[in-house]
Amino acid sequence: MNTTTTRLTADMQQSAARLEQTWRDPPGILGWFSAINHKTIAVRFMLTTMGFFLAGGVLALIMRLQLARPENHLVGPDFYNQLFTMHGTTMMFLFAVPVMQAVGSYLVPLMLGARSLAFPRMNAFAYWIFLFGGLMLYVGFLLDIGPDAGWFAYVPLAGPDYSPGKRVDFWAQMITFTELSALLEAIILITTIFKMRAPGMTLNRMPLYVWTMLVTSFMVLFAMPSVMLASTALITDRLVGTHFYNPAEGGDALLWQHLFWFFGHPEVYLIFIPPLGFMSSIIATFSRRPIYGYAAMVLAVIATAFLAFGLWVHHMYATNVPELGKSFFTASSAMIAIPTAIQIFCWIATLWTGKLSFRTPLLFALGFFFILTLGGLTGVMLASVGLDLQVHDTFFVVAHLHYVLIGGAVFPLFGAFYYWFPKFTGRLMSETLGRWNFWLFFIGFNVAFFPMHLLGLAGMPRRVWTYPASMGWGDMNLTATVGAAIIAVSVLLFIINALKSRRHGAPAGPNPWGAGTLEWGTDSPPPAGNFVAPPVCGGRYPLWEPDGVPARVTGLDDDRRAILTTTLMDARPDLRPTMPSPSIWPFLSAIAVTVLFIGSIFTPWAVVWGAVPVAIGTTLWFWPNRKSTERQVAREVRP
Amino acid sequence: MTRTTAPLALLFAAAGAYAEPAQSALRPAGIQAERIHDLWQLTLAICALVFAAVLAALLAALWRAPRGDAATPADVSPLSRPEPRLRRNVLLAVGASVALLFVLIVADFQTDRLLNRMPLADAVNIEVTAHQWWWEARYDDPEPGRIFTTANELHIPVGRPVVLKLKSSDVIHTFWLPSLHGKKDMIPGRTALLRLRADQPGTYRGQCAEFCGFEHALMAFLVTAEPNDRYEAWADTQRREASNELSAQESRGRQVFMERSCVMCHTIQGIGANATFGPDLTHLAGRATLASGVLPNNREQLAAWITKPQQQKPGTNMPSTALSQEELDALLAYLGTLK
Repeated sequence: MNTTTTRLTADMQQSAARLEQTWRDPPGILGWFSAINHKTIAVRFMLTTMGFFLAGGVLALIMRLQLARPENHLVGPDFYNQLFTMHGTTMMFLFAVPVMQAVGSYLVPLMLGARSLAFPRMNAFAYWIFLFGGLMLYVGFLLDIGPDAGWFAYVPLAGPDYSPGKRVDFWAQMITFTELSALLEAIILITTIFKMRAPGMTLNRMPLYVWTMLVTSFMVLFAMPSVMLASTALITDRLVGTHFYNPAEGGDALLWQHLFWFFGHPEVYLIFIPPLGFMSSIIATFSRRPIYGYAAMVLAVIATAFLAFGLWVHHMYATNVPELGKSFFTASSAMIAIPTAIQIFCWIATLWTGKLSFRTPLLFALGFFFILTLGGLTGVMLASVGLDLQVHDTFFVVAHLHYVLIGGAVFPLFGAFYYWFPKFTGRLMSETLGRWNFWLFFIGFNVAFFPMHLLGLAGMPRRVWTYPASMGWGDMNLTATVGAAIIAVSVLLFIINALKSRRHGAPAGPNPWGAGTLEWGTDSPPPAGNFVAPPVCGGRYPLWEPDGVPARVTGLDDDRRAILTTTLMDARPDLRPTMPSPSIWPFLSAIAVTVLFIGSIFTPWAVVWGAVPVAIGTTLWFWPNRKSTERQVAREVRP
Repeated sequence: MTRTTAPLALLFAAAGAYAEPAQSALRPAGIQAERIHDLWQLTLAICALVFAAVLAALLAALWRAPRGDAATPADVSPLSRPEPRLRRNVLLAVGASVALLFVLIVADFQTDRLLNRMPLADAVNIEVTAHQWWWEARYDDPEPGRIFTTANELHIPVGRPVVLKLKSSDVIHTFWLPSLHGKKDMIPGRTALLRLRADQPGTYRGQCAEFCGFEHALMAFLVTAEPNDRYEAWADTQRREASNELSAQESRGRQVFMERSCVMCHTIQGIGANATFGPDLTHLAGRATLASGVLPNNREQLAAWITKPQQQKPGTNMPSTALSQEELDALLAYLGTLK
């Protein structure tokens, strides 16, 4: 193993062809289901989450139409309750968290100069599990057995006595699917980031986006088990008559809220932290300089992650928490504004001293400043016990959370799509449509959600399917509905732009924005093995360094999936393992697990009998292949 | 109202075309809601200031920075040389944010303390139990004979403290009367206290704020704050049993009530109807609304509510009752006597 300076030679072109052959996914239908290349899976993952985003958006539009005027009877309470439950569940569990992991699973290896994600088969499995869980929920909804107890499913309303039937079971089992997928993705990303960075990419040189994905993945590991525990206890309460949440039998209705929000509040930051990385990538590129305050930015993200686990009780101020406890959670909730403020100030400092290029990705990033700052400030208001007691569970909170999640996550995400679309497809998106997309979204968003602050203060609670005309809430609700329609037009323009640009956009070349991180140092779209010769990293923005990529990794076999792992802190070359090849078993195992999960909604015996095919699938998954084992032995280098 | 918040408050006021009866956190009518409103004004002023400052800094940065494009060489020199001016400004901004947050936290603690220190001498004690989807109110008294129960409409004396003991009989509900105080959850298996005081006479509307199932949206209540003597008079009325001086038609109505499904769920004191699944109807005719704040209490609406409750409030636990016109007329006549 050595790392020497090389250039693209005829030799390397042959090697590139062999690499493509080695790393690409197999052809045919069977090959389609066996695919494990991280880019293939990531694109499917992103498209799936975008599909759920659109579905969730349509549900929101129906709700807005229902609320557009008082005493409206477009939909009744039963369907409305399903609508807001499905909207919240879709946006939180099927869009916002997974889309960040999906984008990460495409970009992280490229930014690290790696050929693949760690555990590529597990990555494929995680995708299939996510897809099947989401589809299960929507099949239930289309059969009119959609969940109707809210995305937060508070007991006892979601318990066996007050939600008979299977509606809540579909919801709880969807949690099992998506959290399993999220946990697997987190393990994959952490391993990739710790062990598969390019030689020379010390932790101190890692792109800020990769830092955000690392921190997010660790948060997933600590937050998700809490909600899986909570939802499993709910399932057993409903299915086999346990009494975890039944106060009459020594259980506790409040236990659910603690477990749920111990996950639920960090979840907001699972959604919000990766977009901080999008922001740092976009702002650096379009300011033509590094982000000011790298160490402060990294520490701020880590501080956010820690604090995020210490403020879940601010969702529960109205539940009669002891006063001293409330004061503690007020202080911690307000404190989390500080790391976010640090990052905002550092970005402004970067823009202040940069040379700006106002392309669409930067516009979306600038939208973040306006919307997220407003959402953050209403968050500070909600941290206060007194104010929260008034506006908790009203439309004020609906406004706040959409300012935070759309401003903090969806705007940067759209910016990220415009920014990395050329890398995904090799073509640039249209700037004209991009500007229309941005301005309509920005205006529509504020028209839709700003009046909701006022509605909440004027006494309108959340999750109401209708309201009396005499309350005087009609005009502001109508305004909000108009705003929602503008957002819908804007998203439609985005879809048109993406579809059109994929075929007819201007060819991008490897680095259309003149960006500095390693994903721009390979073709667009990247070859199957990401890099013809993996780069060695010489700085935080390696492509901007005066000498560019100083060296390339050589000595890796190109006829098998050889990669180089590096040490955790300093990224020194370490080992040369071989990655697994495509396999149908992740897909088949995912089907087996799906049968088990869905079966267990109806009978506990599904857990017993369903385990048999799962065990078979996951065993054959690891079955060695004679040819590759022999080759492995033949090429073993003895120390 | 301070000068800085006045324009903002105006905006908020203009947007909230205020309804009667009041249900707004911005129009406090009691000491607790007023304290929260004070905190709101301070917080709004500080947050507006911060928002304006951040936006101004951003716009200034966008205004003054030179333009570049993808071909502009990126400047990596900041990686190796310190930027003392940026450092100073960022530190200043962070310092200011921390200081302002500190002010807000202290103000919040102070408000909490004040909310907990409202004097409670001579308090009216009311136990409010939430049901899917209505409110039961039991006015407590040291003398058991003076305890009485009503539903969906509370009366309280102006200027006297009120202690609400909040319970739930089924799922989690939240008691929210924004004109007088913030909200408090009603959790099955637990009891919570809410202390408030009305300082201005008037009728205030409240609503369940925690999603509680099918008709969460239509679970409202009214609170009438009135001078103490009028309140005491009202309470005395509530303590009386239903009158037995009835006309022939009214007697027939009572008979219908006792023989049809009504008696299975409702109480009318003094006639032997003692079921507690639905609201106590002993003084039904004295209430302004039906079905927990959903319908005005008049003859037509009451008839519709009895015969076709699912059309007025889909999902309600009140069953439809098929009555002949004669039975319905008699029943309505009888219910009209329950003042």
